[in-house]
Amino acid sequence: MLTRFANPARFMRVSGTVLPWLGAATAGALGLGLCWSLLLAPPDYQQGESVRIMFVHVPAAMMAEGVYYLVAVASFVALVWRHPLADIAGQAAAPIGAGFTLVCLATGSLWGRPMWGAWWVWDARLTSVLVLFFLYLGYIALVNAFDDPSRGARAGALLALVGIVDLPIIKFSVNWWNTLHQPASILRAGGPSIDISMLLPLLVMAVGFLLLFLWLLVLRMRTALNERKARALSLYGPAAAQHEDNEAALPAARPVWR
Amino acid sequence: MSAIESWFAMGGYAGFVWPAYGVAAIVLGGLALVSWRRHRRSGDTLARLQGRFGTGE
Repeated sequence: MLTRFANPARFMRVSGTVLPWLGAATAGALGLGLCWSLLLAPPDYQQGESVRIMFVHVPAAMMAEGVYYLVAVASFVALVWRHPLADIAGQAAAPIGAGFTLVCLATGSLWGRPMWGAWWVWDARLTSVLVLFFLYLGYIALVNAFDDPSRGARAGALLALVGIVDLPIIKFSVNWWNTLHQPASILRAGGPSIDISMLLPLLVMAVGFLLLFLWLLVLRMRTALNERKARALSLYGPAAAQHEDNEAALPAARPVWR
Repeated sequence: MSAIESWFAMGGYAGFVWPAYGVAAIVLGGLALVSWRRHRRSGDTLARLQGRFGTGE
């Protein structure tokens, strides 16, 4: 399965077909999710309407962590097997992960102010998510810090792998330490503790965020491959075209991070 | 208060609920816009180079 997409030329072909469908599915899921979250879902009996922040905050938090796992796995594959698409995937995913983490932190702050009475507390859950945000920024900065893009990619990949220790800390912070943040209410022993009328819109929004991530990932990977190929063509002319299926032989373009 | 007004008021939490959705729209929408434009530009540049070298697929 993985080796079928391993070839960059094949990746470009398949992803070109998939991209518009992913875009349409993303728009559909987010449209439905937003209407459901803002109009149909009931207010909470304790938190009132402020509970609607959850429909953005929780999916953003899920994606912030999930995308980091992908960056770490891509980094591992890039370091061990030198797979040409692995670095591209990691570097395309990291800014998206940073974006989700920023949304998670900002919406959490906007939720914390009315519910806990504070925009920010140095609580274990909040602090470990802030560390995750800095890990993303550090990875992006490191990848772009070298004149030789392959050295930058290796340095970034190492940081991404070391940084993975933060993920179990985020997950279990609400159990290990006495924190303000509430413990897990969806994935927990004994089933979700959240009512179905709120769980369903939450799931739709989570699917929408996941689709948005996949659409952005494919889009940004295609951009990186296009730029790499254009750079090879402008450097070597038509001779570069013979290496079309062997991207590893081509010089890496500046990584995509913007 | 009309139904629409009370919806915007969000039970007194308007100052927190709307900015939360706004931040998400700006960050994620901005990322999507920037990525989309760079993707288009990269495709155009590549097509131009391939046209010049006669290596179009």
